[in-house]
Amino acid sequence: MVKELRVTPIRNGTVIDHIPPGMGLKILSILMHDDPAGRTMTLAMNVSSARQGKKDVLKVEDLELTPEQVGKIALLAPEGTINIIRDSNVVKKEKVVLPDRVVGIVRCGNPNCITNQREPVEPEFVVVSRSPPRLRCLYCERELEDIIGNIL
Amino acid sequence: MFKGRDIISIKDLSLDDINVILDYARRMVPAARGEENLPLLSGRLMGRLFFEPSTRTKLSFDTAMKRLGGGAIGFSDTSSTSVKKGETLADTIRMAEAYSDCLVIRHYNEGAARLAARFSSKPVINAGDGAGQHPTQTLLDLFTIREEKGRIDGNHVVLAGDLKYGRTVHSLAHGLALYDVEVSLVSPRGLEMPGEIVGTLKEKGIGVREMNSLEEAVADADVLYVTRIQAERFPDPEEYRKVAGSYRVDLNLLDHARDGMIIMHPLPRVDEIAPEVDTHPSAKYFVQAFNGVPVRMALLDLVIRGGDLDG
Repeated sequence: MVKELRVTPIRNGTVIDHIPPGMGLKILSILMHDDPAGRTMTLAMNVSSARQGKKDVLKVEDLELTPEQVGKIALLAPEGTINIIRDSNVVKKEKVVLPDRVVGIVRCGNPNCITNQREPVEPEFVVVSRSPPRLRCLYCERELEDIIGNIL
Repeated sequence: MFKGRDIISIKDLSLDDINVILDYARRMVPAARGEENLPLLSGRLMGRLFFEPSTRTKLSFDTAMKRLGGGAIGFSDTSSTSVKKGETLADTIRMAEAYSDCLVIRHYNEGAARLAARFSSKPVINAGDGAGQHPTQTLLDLFTIREEKGRIDGNHVVLAGDLKYGRTVHSLAHGLALYDVEVSLVSPRGLEMPGEIVGTLKEKGIGVREMNSLEEAVADADVLYVTRIQAERFPDPEEYRKVAGSYRVDLNLLDHARDGMIIMHPLPRVDEIAPEVDTHPSAKYFVQAFNGVPVRMALLDLVIRGGDLDG
């Protein structure tokens, strides 16, 4: 079967697959914010998927993600997969996994939480569930209602 | 196992931990009454950092430390401190821990005690953080139930009043969830117990009933735990008066209560318990307030010295 390619394959870099439709833009903006070098990024939205119906796919050339970036992606795309491409071959394919603790990548939604005051600590959350992601603040013990809106 | 440990949230404590604390608190009662000299913490200092005023909690921590022969340093509001100059809590903690053997902190921000524990090598006891946790209140509530009813298991506990904003009833619910009890919730519309806490109780297998009438609830209650309904929660003062009136505990209500039921209240009370109830044998809220002393004595000695009475 000849598979139609909507975007050309990349030689070296990372392909983030199985992103929930619409979340690709958010992940794109986070990666662009982290990337002053201005790498080439290609986003395909609402691609047909046997597993998800529709999905977004993001390709970033010449970049392998940091654990912090993977953590953010795990919050936005808990079912996502990350493919590392070297010399046009997939050398590694793995599901994103949210760690047990989420440190320094989302802020607490409670304005009265001590981590939202001028204190020398990073916000830290205990992962209550992974998919859908549910986070409880380690400090004020409140569950974060709007995870996406509080990503740093 | 308790030496050096922080007491931040009731959720950090296991059933065994709580029972150790309550057993040790019972041992402290004669000294708390001044009937026994028990200088276990002689020469030790408690750093009492109260960023927000409090009467009972401050007095009972100070009393507890002094009854054990120790002393207290610190402040009970921030007007004369560097906090006013913009010092971070982290810096205040690093300074205060160097001066004392344990820190007792009350703060207006949720999570402040957990942050303090991160920056202190000395044990930290949370004496209330904003709308968050107040574990020593829960421990003294559990102690009161155990002392007055003989045990905690097997009791039907009615939580009444403002169950939405009252942090003491939230913490108490988490504490009760460790025991084999039945819980009834009685609150005005709009001030119901948060669903997350009701869920926790049910997950732990606790029978939970939500009721509208205090009369119905006390008929088979062993413990009636009353909290204050604050006027500012109601936009209409007339509505507040109506609601507050229907949640008032008086001698008429006690006619409907099961024999031996005890009435508890974290205090301060306003109108929710009529003064005529104070001399009724069911009224245990002042005993409960006294129990803050032996429970805090037990905690202070456990976290500072490890709690060995012979040592």
